[in-house]
Amino acid sequence: MQLTLEFGGGLELLCDSKKIHNVNIEQQNGENKLTMKDLLSWVRTNLIKERPEMFMKGDTVRPGVLVLVNDCDWELSGQLETSLEEKDVVVFISTLHGG
Amino acid sequence: MSASEILRELDSLKDAKAKIEHKISALEAQLREIHLRNDAAPLNGSSSYSTNGLTQDMIHRYSRHLMLPAFGVQGQANLLKSSILVVGAGGLGAPALLYFAASGVGRLGIIDHDVVELNNMHRQVIHTEAYVGKPKVKSAAAACRSVNSTIQVVEHEEALRTSNALEILSKYDIIVDATDNAPTRYLISDCCVVLGKPLVSGAALGLEGQLTVYNYNGGPCYRCLFPMPPPRTACQSCAEGGVLGVVPGIIGCLQALEAIKIAASVGEPLSGRMLLLDALSGRIRIVKIRGRSMHCEACGENATFTQQKFREFDYEKFTETPLRVPPLKLNLLPNESRISSKEYGEIILTKEPHVLVDVRPAHHFKIVSLPKSLNIPLSTLEARLPEISSALKKEEEDSGLVSGSSAQLYVVCRRGNDSQRAIQCLHKMGFTSAKDIIGGLESWAHNVDPNFPTY
Repeated sequence: MQLTLEFGGGLELLCDSKKIHNVNIEQQNGENKLTMKDLLSWVRTNLIKERPEMFMKGDTVRPGVLVLVNDCDWELSGQLETSLEEKDVVVFISTLHGG
Repeated sequence: MSASEILRELDSLKDAKAKIEHKISALEAQLREIHLRNDAAPLNGSSSYSTNGLTQDMIHRYSRHLMLPAFGVQGQANLLKSSILVVGAGGLGAPALLYFAASGVGRLGIIDHDVVELNNMHRQVIHTEAYVGKPKVKSAAAACRSVNSTIQVVEHEEALRTSNALEILSKYDIIVDATDNAPTRYLISDCCVVLGKPLVSGAALGLEGQLTVYNYNGGPCYRCLFPMPPPRTACQSCAEGGVLGVVPGIIGCLQALEAIKIAASVGEPLSGRMLLLDALSGRIRIVKIRGRSMHCEACGENATFTQQKFREFDYEKFTETPLRVPPLKLNLLPNESRISSKEYGEIILTKEPHVLVDVRPAHHFKIVSLPKSLNIPLSTLEARLPEISSALKKEEEDSGLVSGSSAQLYVVCRRGNDSQRAIQCLHKMGFTSAKDIIGGLESWAHNVDPNFPTY
């Protein structure tokens, strides 16, 4: 499944300072189904190069990270259970506090 | 005259100048009042014109607002009757305040406890050089008054706390969060929920910015979005991470726009949506965020967050971050593994054979560095130990040390925290006599060479 993943608000520092990643994820068991839960563990294994605790806590993202699926808060689509489709854009963004 | 006499004379002249300017603007405002009163009662006794409550001066000053069909007389009249509090007169607050004053917000409050510093001025465009060292509230208020002497500007020269927040925020219709830290952001949001005030929230760091409106018309509050605070290490400040001046400027302007829309009752405020600015790639995206959470501790269905609970809430403990962020001061090493910057000054003078490793990131090292220091950023230290070994060996050869004695290894960073972490690592890897310089380059500038640039 081809997806575009974007990291912002400093999270890009955890994956080689690269903000946009066009990825192709092979589904397990040949199933044509991928959930956000699957994607998170794939990202953790394949993209996060340092300090994984700054990205995840338990099986979800750490507090202070917003997850957007096609420009929509993942709270509105079922969080970890959100199922992804071909060409979806998933954004992980850390909330900022500076000013 | 000596330099200190000149400085004193300059200070007293500047004081006098400020007083005279203040007097001039007060007299000008008085004169305008008199004109207004005369305008309202024309000599020929004919009835006054129908102007929907706006004076002649107001119509002239705000004419470009009045001509907008979507804003018009009603929008301007609403704005003139409104009150807005800006929390923080920094990078976000600076442009927002200028636009609020210019656009005719009736009562404009400014709260801040800081003083203007030279390294603020690249982004906090409301302040001028004459105010360096003076309270930001004073500087910002003077700038707002010089833009528009007909509005009321209220100065709150204090830090916002649970003990004063309810009293201060309750005096305003709209709150603008232009602060720079996590605990204050939770504090302001909760206070707005308790008081039922809309909150225009902006943030900026590096080359990115974020903007949304909380607690507006049934929309979410800050806690709906972020029920749990982020770890302390995920909250960088502009002083730590750096920020391109214009980025908070853009977000601050957008905050002004959203607050003006709410105050004037026009348009669609950015509630339930968030604007994300990526300045480097020139991209702005507006995303849909969750609505009010039923389970929110502050505003949810069964929430019991009262004024009393707000007053007692410990925001520093909740976010594990102090409200006033003092520079972190670690103390990881025994005294014998550390030297002062003065001692290092002696070491240079006496030409003691040594190697100085600077563990700051490379882009910091480029700003300024001590002579002959070797830049090995902390994150790459373990991989680059051989470079340190060969630098020590070369130093021993160059200084003609007799075999058996060795060159000393010192480590420095910006403030003396990373240097301690580096020493811990070096001790583990066999460089057991390595020492760090207490307080880093800031201490060097402070205690040894005041001409050393700090940032």
